[in-house]
Amino acid sequence: MKKRKERIDRGIKVRSEDIFALTSYREMIYLLAPRALPVVGLLLFVPLFSPYWREIFISTAIYALLAISWDVLVSVGLISLGQSFFYGVGSYVAGALNHYWGLPPVLTLPVATIGGAAICTIALLPVLRLRGIYFSMVTLVLPLMILRLVEATRIFGGTEGLTGLSPFPGQLTEMYIANACLLIALFGFRRLLDSDYGLIVRGINDNDRAVMNAGLNIHWYKTQILFLGAAVGCFAGAFGTHHDMFAGMPGFALDYSIMPIAAAIVGGTGTFAGSVLGAFILVPLSEILRALGALRIVFYGLFLVIFVVGIPEGLFHYIRRKYHQFERWVDVE
Amino acid sequence: MLLGTLIYGFVNSCLLALLAMGFNLTFGISGVANFSYGAIYIFSGFAAWIFLNSAGLPYALCVIMAIGLSATLGVLIYHVVIKRVKGLALSEVMATFGLGLAIMELFRYFDFVGFKYTLPNLIEGSVAIGDVYIDYQRIAVILAAIALTGFIYVFTHYTRTGLAFRAIAQDERTALTFGMDSDHIAALSMGFGSALAAAAAVVVLPLGTIAVEGGYDVLLNALAVCIVGGLGSTVGILVASVLIGYAQTITANYLEPHWMMLVSLIAIAIVLCIKPSGIFGHQKELEERI
Amino acid sequence: MSGAVPILSVQGLLKTFGGVTAVSSVDLRVKKGELLGIIGPNGSGKTTLVNLISGFVKPNGGEVLFKGKDITGLPPYRIVGMGMARTFQLVKPFYQLPAFKTLIVPLCSPRIKAVLGGRYGDRDAIALDLLEEVGFERDSNVAYKPAGSLPQGYLKRLELAKAMALRPDLLILDELFSGLSLAEVASIVPIIEKLRFQGKTIVMIEHRLKELFRIADRIMVLNFGMKIAEGAAGDVMASEAVKKAYLGSEAG
Repeated sequence: MKKRKERIDRGIKVRSEDIFALTSYREMIYLLAPRALPVVGLLLFVPLFSPYWREIFISTAIYALLAISWDVLVSVGLISLGQSFFYGVGSYVAGALNHYWGLPPVLTLPVATIGGAAICTIALLPVLRLRGIYFSMVTLVLPLMILRLVEATRIFGGTEGLTGLSPFPGQLTEMYIANACLLIALFGFRRLLDSDYGLIVRGINDNDRAVMNAGLNIHWYKTQILFLGAAVGCFAGAFGTHHDMFAGMPGFALDYSIMPIAAAIVGGTGTFAGSVLGAFILVPLSEILRALGALRIVFYGLFLVIFVVGIPEGLFHYIRRKYHQFERWVDVE
Repeated sequence: MLLGTLIYGFVNSCLLALLAMGFNLTFGISGVANFSYGAIYIFSGFAAWIFLNSAGLPYALCVIMAIGLSATLGVLIYHVVIKRVKGLALSEVMATFGLGLAIMELFRYFDFVGFKYTLPNLIEGSVAIGDVYIDYQRIAVILAAIALTGFIYVFTHYTRTGLAFRAIAQDERTALTFGMDSDHIAALSMGFGSALAAAAAVVVLPLGTIAVEGGYDVLLNALAVCIVGGLGSTVGILVASVLIGYAQTITANYLEPHWMMLVSLIAIAIVLCIKPSGIFGHQKELEERI
Repeated sequence: MSGAVPILSVQGLLKTFGGVTAVSSVDLRVKKGELLGIIGPNGSGKTTLVNLISGFVKPNGGEVLFKGKDITGLPPYRIVGMGMARTFQLVKPFYQLPAFKTLIVPLCSPRIKAVLGGRYGDRDAIALDLLEEVGFERDSNVAYKPAGSLPQGYLKRLELAKAMALRPDLLILDELFSGLSLAEVASIVPIIEKLRFQGKTIVMIEHRLKELFRIADRIMVLNFGMKIAEGAAGDVMASEAVKKAYLGSEAG
């Protein structure tokens, strides 16, 4: 007798989709637990770690934000190979505002986020009308070129960069700002992509011709999403600048381009939660592997390949499937 | 100064054309954007170096083996990685990019860093044209570019595999109905592109050292030339190489050397504003894709 | 309203792809409220003509006037905003999502806001009502099934609903009947009649000649990108040029 694997939603999942969820504590907890986990974990438990590990989690939050930014762009079909472009622009805008005009972080952060996003969007506007591959190529090329430009023209401090920038008032504050913004981005974008607006965005990714035919200007929507994704990336850059008290060429480094993508792929594209999950696995892991030097990037590269080819859905989908469904073998009829 | 700019500009153009040729061909034929291109370039350089310095083989043999090895690597990458994700744009790009990254940084980890890593000139010495001195290696670059372009033309117009390449490039569906195995052709196109990368490496690397950063640079330049010239069009690559090559040399000679990268940026920006698919590109804009 | 401006007016429309002329100097006038059928053998340029009119392809020459305004070369979303909607031959909905979700996207179009007087309304409810109008039986909950699981008959109705959602004044249906059984066609015809009753103008590209001739006011025949006949169904089918196009000329 041949057997096949069957996956069925758990009873509690089915019940929690209906009115039961409002009347039973069990169903309510079932729904709340996965959502409460990151909130409680980030805001309550992480502050209890040692300062060294708190640093790691600030760094993780920055990469997670870049990964969310990447995921936002992917949802409309734009695959960015240069997240460091957004990070670098945000970093330099915040750094310049702080260095040349003495603006404090409370001002540089919002200005760098919005202003940096505007700059990035305008720079990438011409490529939006083309096939996706052009967007990938241009985003790969841009940060690498800007690096050489900065090196050559020595603007914004050249190779030394802008140093001695204002820090945040205390590591705990830093951490709370980072984690809070991360949670806002995570839940905010999940909500947005689940709404009708998100349906349009995903429609553009799926079949742009049909969305055009539905009377919508897809270029405008793509521009909006580009702006949103860039804003998150620029915020990460601005935040990182004040965290390091430094803005410079390393802001456009390859690391900021590759890590977020690796995190999103490992965790699961298109879910935002996957991006965060992936970052929270890869960044601490890379800290532990720091002793290996260049081998770290080799590791990322191979990780990317293995996950893209082998487990394309990502960890988050896998975990979610396990949470909501159970499997069993049944006879083939 | 003018003669020097003229000559060295041409050398630069040929160099860019050499670098971009392999990447452009692989994409033009099978639609595979091979982001591990830079890694294969560096790989072939180091392979030739190892054959020469550690195994002590005659250089001509090293070159042939390096090209062969790179072609094999390209085909292997196709069968192991690309074939499984073909058609999914994101996965293709990520997988090849990740692989390229791993290969390049692996060399860095094993300490293949330093000035001793360089390939010998094909011909030593230099010659004077007017009052400009140009070394034979740079002339070799020019000759190699011309030779390779000619070879590609003959290959794609007069051999069975080459014609199959063009058929698939023009219309994959129809070519399939003629019994061509698109998988097989795609693997061959990867091998072909990789071999071209190796050929370019052997000619260009003697001008400097074999450095891992060079791998990123090669990908960067190849992409810039392809964006400007139009992905998939050999003529476009040649024209774009001449444009960017001369623009870079003129900038270096008459302004400042470090504005060279700005030239590429401006070229890309202009192209994107006027004709986004490249000078000779035939990717239809969104509205034109029915 | 005879003698009034035709709702759609196409003059000298030309489109070449490389060396091939897909549409060659086509003239066309559609009166408000009529049902025009466009027929022709495969490859005669019917779908290209529709693409040119609806803005998906830019013509090499000629002009298109919709409600008296020049829309040649405008992007599709602008043309839709003016009140034209078209369907595609190959229906590609959101496969995993419930069928009614596919209608949400057109219901977000600025056209809806303009037509409903400044508000979008409850999209989910409007979508479900629309699906009921095109024959998705409400008590069977077909509207909630994943669109990918629907058979062709329902998919075609879904595509029609997508166009109807935009509340167009001119509907262009590209091979709506293809792939449907006689019974399914018979069940869709009343929907089209109802649209006509509401005052909408309809242009239908079809291969199913018998079914089309029953409802069309006028027929236009294309061959090799050129208009070879125009008029009542009987006259058109009797024309020598049309017979030659479909059946080929006799030997000898």
